[in-house]
Amino acid sequence: MDDGLSLKVKLRRAERMRQWRAFGLIAPMLLFLVVIFVVPIADMLRRSVHDVDLSEVWPRTTQAIGAWTDRTQAPDEPIFAALAQDIRDSQANRTLATAARRLNYDFSGSRSLIFGTARALPEDAPSWKAAVLEANDTWASPEIWAAIDRASGPITAFFLLQALDLERDPMGNLRAAPEDESIYLDVLARTFGVSLSVTLLCLALGFPVAYLLATLPPSKANPLMILVLLPFWTSLLVRTAAWIVLLQDQGLVNGALQWMGIIEHPIRLIFNRAGVLIAMTHVLLPFMILPLYSVMKGIPPVYMRAARSLGAPPTVAFLRIYLPQTLPGIAAGTLLTFIIALGYYITPALIGGAADQMVSYFIAFYTSDTVNWGMASALGTVLLTATLILYTIYNRLIGADQVKLG
Amino acid sequence: MGATEPLVRFKDVRKTYDGDTLVVKNLNLDIGDGEFLTMLGPSGSGKTTSLMMLAGFEVPTHGEILLAGASLKNTPPHKRDIGMVFQNYALFPHMTVAENVAFPLSVRGIGKSEREERAEKALDMVRLGGLGARRPAQLSGGQQQRVALARALVFEPRLVLMDEPLGALDKQLREHMQIEIKHLHDRLGITVVYVTHDQSEALTMSDRVAVFNDGIIQQLDSPRDLYESPNNSFVAQFIGENNILNGTVESLDEGFAGVRLDGGGHVRARAVNVGGVGARTSLSFRPEKVHIEGIGADHENYLPALVEETIYHGDHMRVRAKVDGNEDFTVKMRYRSGREEPKAGDDLFVAFAAEDCLALDPVAPTTTA
Repeated sequence: MDDGLSLKVKLRRAERMRQWRAFGLIAPMLLFLVVIFVVPIADMLRRSVHDVDLSEVWPRTTQAIGAWTDRTQAPDEPIFAALAQDIRDSQANRTLATAARRLNYDFSGSRSLIFGTARALPEDAPSWKAAVLEANDTWASPEIWAAIDRASGPITAFFLLQALDLERDPMGNLRAAPEDESIYLDVLARTFGVSLSVTLLCLALGFPVAYLLATLPPSKANPLMILVLLPFWTSLLVRTAAWIVLLQDQGLVNGALQWMGIIEHPIRLIFNRAGVLIAMTHVLLPFMILPLYSVMKGIPPVYMRAARSLGAPPTVAFLRIYLPQTLPGIAAGTLLTFIIALGYYITPALIGGAADQMVSYFIAFYTSDTVNWGMASALGTVLLTATLILYTIYNRLIGADQVKLG
Repeated sequence: MGATEPLVRFKDVRKTYDGDTLVVKNLNLDIGDGEFLTMLGPSGSGKTTSLMMLAGFEVPTHGEILLAGASLKNTPPHKRDIGMVFQNYALFPHMTVAENVAFPLSVRGIGKSEREERAEKALDMVRLGGLGARRPAQLSGGQQQRVALARALVFEPRLVLMDEPLGALDKQLREHMQIEIKHLHDRLGITVVYVTHDQSEALTMSDRVAVFNDGIIQQLDSPRDLYESPNNSFVAQFIGENNILNGTVESLDEGFAGVRLDGGGHVRARAVNVGGVGARTSLSFRPEKVHIEGIGADHENYLPALVEETIYHGDHMRVRAKVDGNEDFTVKMRYRSGREEPKAGDDLFVAFAAEDCLALDPVAPTTTA
């Protein structure tokens, strides 16, 4: 018995050494993934609900707003006093713009309201409420106070709700955002729509190419393969610029069509949906072709022969024997293409019109143009969540074991 | 075989892939209804190409193939009604065993219930009843082979082609399956064209064997005739074990030839395939038809032999000896009680009847070295 026990201990020790060594080998990779993948995504998720811009510059008001109970009307004197104090302090600290920007996300006109109030506010006043209302009577409306309440942090659903075209009324109930502000659901639907169209186009165009590549002898297949891979080796920006040259009204495509007499006037191929679909399909085609090719390469031609010898006409043999065996490749190719297409930014930004911009355009816009990190993160979070939900459904339908990436 | 109308007739069939060399050179072959015919030959001999032309996957460059009297020229593979078993079974991996077997029926538009019933029957026939719900990958090699058989037989084709169907199995299973396929053939009365490069397989199973080499049928005969009366040196070498001694014909009379061997000896041999007096010839000996003796005087032919090696084989013993300059002359001897066994270094004699020594066309000297 003692012997058996020590053998077990020895085994565990030997295994442990091996496990540590294996872990040591993957550690750099793991670290890399954590630093550039897990941490940024976690930070994005955090920023989409984290909101301390206002509470950092207006600590008194955001603290006192909790005492505001009757939300049908403006709050009482103590809260107005806190606001006046905060406005004067932040005016001195030059942080007024921060507060103005944050409130402006929620309540348009906040900027002029706050700067105007700051300018008109007296040194001292018996009633701060009267003085503030004197400076600007917008402060009598519960809407601005509800906005301050929503921005008081540190956790907020404001950005996520906005990314879904929802908002809260002053009473805190959910309602649809006004028509002129609700664009994100449309953008999200458009993003998925464009990605789906591009995926289907890639499948329709890529399947025959992959089939040809897999069935040709290597001497002919290799040069073709290089043509397929060429887009991979060219800068995305160059390819997109090339499409602008090709697709514009006086471009090669229109020129050729006119020369052949197919059309009389140039058709609009750029700065609209057609251009986006053409350029994105071109860019993403290799992601469809390569998994399809690798799966088709592994299907011996003898299956088709067997099917024919058993009495199946060529189309039946293709549909019932060949096609089902390419499903893992189709699954991998469509998944890969669709997910990459979801995040596409440069191509739609350069080739699409205003109505063709996808979620990533707005994320970039909020990150670099307006520095509204909360909104950028919220859009990212919504996109990530929607993608995960779709992936789960896809997984249910096809099964992860069916996906073969190479 | 005796049927007036052959089921399959190859008529002057030639096939070339590159326009220069013929892979199949003028093939003429009749296959009778109910016959088990094997195309045997080394790789590149044209046997598989001939089978593929019959199945419809290759097109003859010249000549035509008739099935039951009708030309197959414009009949695509799926309309030929020929069952086929492939080398690596080619079972469809995305279908269950039962679906695989029912596939030929479903493409023929046979209803579901009949389909299932016939598939089940076919699986019972190959003793795989009850395994219909499994995937091909869950079966052993031998079981997969049986499924492939059931699938090729389930639609009751007139003709079944088998392209080295047992090549991927181990020896024991292969021998077992050989018997099983032969029994199926006998029971169902189907016509089978079987391609293999394994001569023992061909001998075991076939009614007739067509030995292919170099795009030509070298000999078409029953297994017994093929083994006992090969037409030429290629067939003698390819079928069974064989010893070769080279020499020159010195005399010819009534089907026998006197041959002066290159090493100096003289033997009398059955003249099967020799030119006139003075022509070169290769003598063929089966190892079991040659005896090894202390003195050879009481036999028709005898040659001195120096024993190089003896190898124990259980039921028999192999003696490798140097005979007339050939160091690889092998003799198969049964154990007989009360007889001293030869040992390496013994100076003995090989003795044989003229009937068991065939004078055939000369082979190139390198093959005897």
